[in-house]
Amino acid sequence: MQVEMKKIALALALLSLDGASPVFAYRAYVSNEKGNSITVIDTDRLEVIETVKVGRRPRGIALTKDGSELFICAGDDDAIQTLDAKTLTVTGKLPSGPDPELLTLSPDGGTIYVSNENDNLVTLIDVKRREQIGDIPVGVEPEGMAISPDGGMLVNTSETTNMAHLIDTKTKEIVANILVDSRPRFAEFKKDGSELWVSSEVGGTISVIDPKKRELKQKITFEIPGMSREAIQPIGVSITKDGKRAFVALGPANRVAVIDAETKKVEKYLLVGQRVWHLAFTPDEKYLLTANGVSNDVSVIDVAALKAIKSIPVGAFPWGVVVAPQ
Amino acid sequence: MKRLAIALGLFFFALSARAEPVAIKVGVLRQEHSRETLSILDIPAADDALAGALLGAIDNNTTGKFTGQAFDVVDEKIAGANDARAALDRLTAAGVALIIADLSADALLAASDNLKETALLFNISAPDEALREEDCRANIIHVAPSRAMLADGLAQYLVWKKWPRWLMIKGSHPEDDLLAQAYRRAARKFGARIVEERIYEDLGAGRRSDSGHMQTQRQMPAFTQNAPAHDVLLAVDENDVFGGYLPYRTWEPRPVAGSAGLFPTNWDPGHEQWGAQQLQNRFRQNYRRGMNARDNAAWLAMRMIGEAATRTRSGAPDKLRDFMRSAEFSIAAFKGVRLSLRGWSQQLRQPILLSDGRMTVSVSPQEGFLHQVTELDTLGLDQPETKCRLK
Repeated sequence: MQVEMKKIALALALLSLDGASPVFAYRAYVSNEKGNSITVIDTDRLEVIETVKVGRRPRGIALTKDGSELFICAGDDDAIQTLDAKTLTVTGKLPSGPDPELLTLSPDGGTIYVSNENDNLVTLIDVKRREQIGDIPVGVEPEGMAISPDGGMLVNTSETTNMAHLIDTKTKEIVANILVDSRPRFAEFKKDGSELWVSSEVGGTISVIDPKKRELKQKITFEIPGMSREAIQPIGVSITKDGKRAFVALGPANRVAVIDAETKKVEKYLLVGQRVWHLAFTPDEKYLLTANGVSNDVSVIDVAALKAIKSIPVGAFPWGVVVAPQ
Repeated sequence: MKRLAIALGLFFFALSARAEPVAIKVGVLRQEHSRETLSILDIPAADDALAGALLGAIDNNTTGKFTGQAFDVVDEKIAGANDARAALDRLTAAGVALIIADLSADALLAASDNLKETALLFNISAPDEALREEDCRANIIHVAPSRAMLADGLAQYLVWKKWPRWLMIKGSHPEDDLLAQAYRRAARKFGARIVEERIYEDLGAGRRSDSGHMQTQRQMPAFTQNAPAHDVLLAVDENDVFGGYLPYRTWEPRPVAGSAGLFPTNWDPGHEQWGAQQLQNRFRQNYRRGMNARDNAAWLAMRMIGEAATRTRSGAPDKLRDFMRSAEFSIAAFKGVRLSLRGWSQQLRQPILLSDGRMTVSVSPQEGFLHQVTELDTLGLDQPETKCRLK
């Protein structure tokens, strides 16, 4: 860890010699659910570059591995739109099922997995051929989607069934159903694949799952003085690459919980904007960006200092956020 | 690691589909509701309430595929309260021990008395306080909100809106007396004032006519004339006798709330927030109509049964009841927060929607109404004041 830190420090020092050229500049994309737009942010200057009009009710967004293309679930258009990252124009759409909400890409970038809430299915789309290649029946109101780092296991959470469905990506069959707390919204693997974290919005907990044993390992709960249990609603989860720290967006509690991802102890609550939904690190993990639905802004958290340092106004009801190299 | 896990009180789950699903039968015992509604849009459908239970069973069965449980609905529609006994016997004979009840308070209490010890009723429509207070029963779970919860939900909003002076127009039925009591109590509780109460007598007039609006248009202004200064007209009309006639016809231009205009409810077909759109879509797709408050309560009762059955891996009423009463129980119902059971009265804690019949105008509890345990308990009678002793 220390060696790595030194390396980063050295890199930063070298960078500063380079003057103003933003070698480490990244670009964040924020989906605005009610704004029907994507806000593009320069994470070096922490400023909005552009706002792009897209389809209706954009929520889940995902980038291709090279960052050249953004996939946007435009729920009310029953479509997944594609946005060219260079030209920032909508280039077309993928054939999704009705009302797509969240999606994830296979590590090789070849397949998109989409949760279609209205028909209790996970839909598979071939990225190159731009066509549907299969469906997997899951529980009621599929939502959260995650794929293991080795690409072997797909996870879908179903909001009304309250399960994490573990799916073998080769056979496309469910291999385990793990009961979690009410309304599971989001799933995230540790980068080494050792743990799967699932947030339960209404239950108010994080379930930590052992993907190999396919069983629930532990539950993380939250307590904020002066706040009722109902107001704490975990949604987005981001875990650092080294697997040591996790950040959990707590929805209407307007806070992001900082968790020691090894001991699972909550270390701190960071006050951010209202109804904080999804989160994304910059690739260097210097910043964590949070999409705050009700306050129409993105909070920027300095990851090392564990402080919210800036609020960037975006479109109406920001929902999802992803970051890519520029 | 193992010791740590045990110390933390964790439990492990690895569910897989079993070959032989365990059948859990759920009865729907429902009474006929009046077709004499002011608006033609409110005439109940033949599958009123039942459709909600059926959809709940479909949802539960999707989960049941993974847990090895199958939910069946057994429908018993009765013409009058007197038929309830026979219907209950039929359900019991069919091995049904979980019953979703769409009954009046009297019929519900009779059913509770006639029930076998191990069975459980889910009240989805009777709003009577007494059922949660002096007449409370251990074998009834209240899914529907009480009159006090509904009145408090509306009162909080009117107070937040700074409309504290209410002109109450009350119907002449016993239910209207009870509802008026709930509003008087809500006014005291939240600092509003009922400036005058007027009674609209039900003279038994029919609702349908070919040119009804002509008379109504003349009657309602006269009826609401010469009242003390007020911010809102509060319609107290549980039987749908006159409430719907008030909006746009009052002597003074004032909004109407209560049984017409802005009304408090557990559900409305126009509600779409917090993912509710998904439930509305599913319901409309299956039953070709909007989901009303009774449908939703029936759906929710079925979901509560399903949730408790999944977690306890049982369909036994006593096990389900124990779980629903425990701190672990919570249910998502598209109202923004987790719902749970008030242990002292077995009333489901829930936000109250305020609707204009087109969309959700607001949802109570309102911001700023605080409570030491949960803001949801600012709605209705709270534990320290309860008269309920469960038996």
